[in-house]
Amino acid sequence: MIDLVIHALVIAGLVASALMVFHFRDLLAAALAAGFFSFLISLEFYILQAPDVAISQAAIGAGLTTAIFIIAIRATTRYEGGQP
Amino acid sequence: MRMSKIVRTGANLLYPFILIFGLYVIMHGHLTPGGGFQGGAVVATAAALVIVAYSYDEVTGMLKKTAMKARESIGLLLFIGAGIAALAVGAPFFYNFLANSGLLFGMSVPAGPNPGDLNTAGVIPIMNIAVGIEVWGGLAVILLYMLSGIRKEES
Repeated sequence: MIDLVIHALVIAGLVASALMVFHFRDLLAAALAAGFFSFLISLEFYILQAPDVAISQAAIGAGLTTAIFIIAIRATTRYEGGQP
Repeated sequence: MRMSKIVRTGANLLYPFILIFGLYVIMHGHLTPGGGFQGGAVVATAAALVIVAYSYDEVTGMLKKTAMKARESIGLLLFIGAGIAALAVGAPFFYNFLANSGLLFGMSVPAGPNPGDLNTAGVIPIMNIAVGIEVWGGLAVILLYMLSGIRKEES
């Protein structure tokens, strides 16, 4: 029962952080929300008893991908311009 | 866009700890979850932290691009050397000739539940170290080339 609650909380957090990536106009905040999404996925892998995949996801997804996004944002502007 | 003093001080503080944790994951790859690739990715995250916090001219003093390329080549050479060394002792390619031999990483695994002995498993820790060094160099080179593209726009 407690497993189901933890799974539901993690999946709700995944949906919320994905919506935040879509919502933010500040690209740095959007990149950090994507990193938080990767962190929650690695937490879900750990709960599903795959610690190897969890370490890979935390290092590559939450660490390096966020770093590459931040470097790309440094080369351009921080705020997304224009309304769709 | 220049990073603030908080980001740079935090990167300086966290860099050695992330480095040590990644090297721990590489070194204990045959006992605990993780291994060469995972530990190398954690170590590359430490390099990424410094690369994000500083500009290109400041980073090149700390992380040399030639050193990272050398790490990548040394890791690949160590990995293929561990395979060729098995041929040299008359065994098939990648044969684990060091296990239970009493040499480097050559102790026998004790029977029953135990916390794990680091000095076991033969060639596998050597290959983990090789893959860890190789992933460290490769991912750091990717990030350094990424950063060198924005050197001119830095004001």
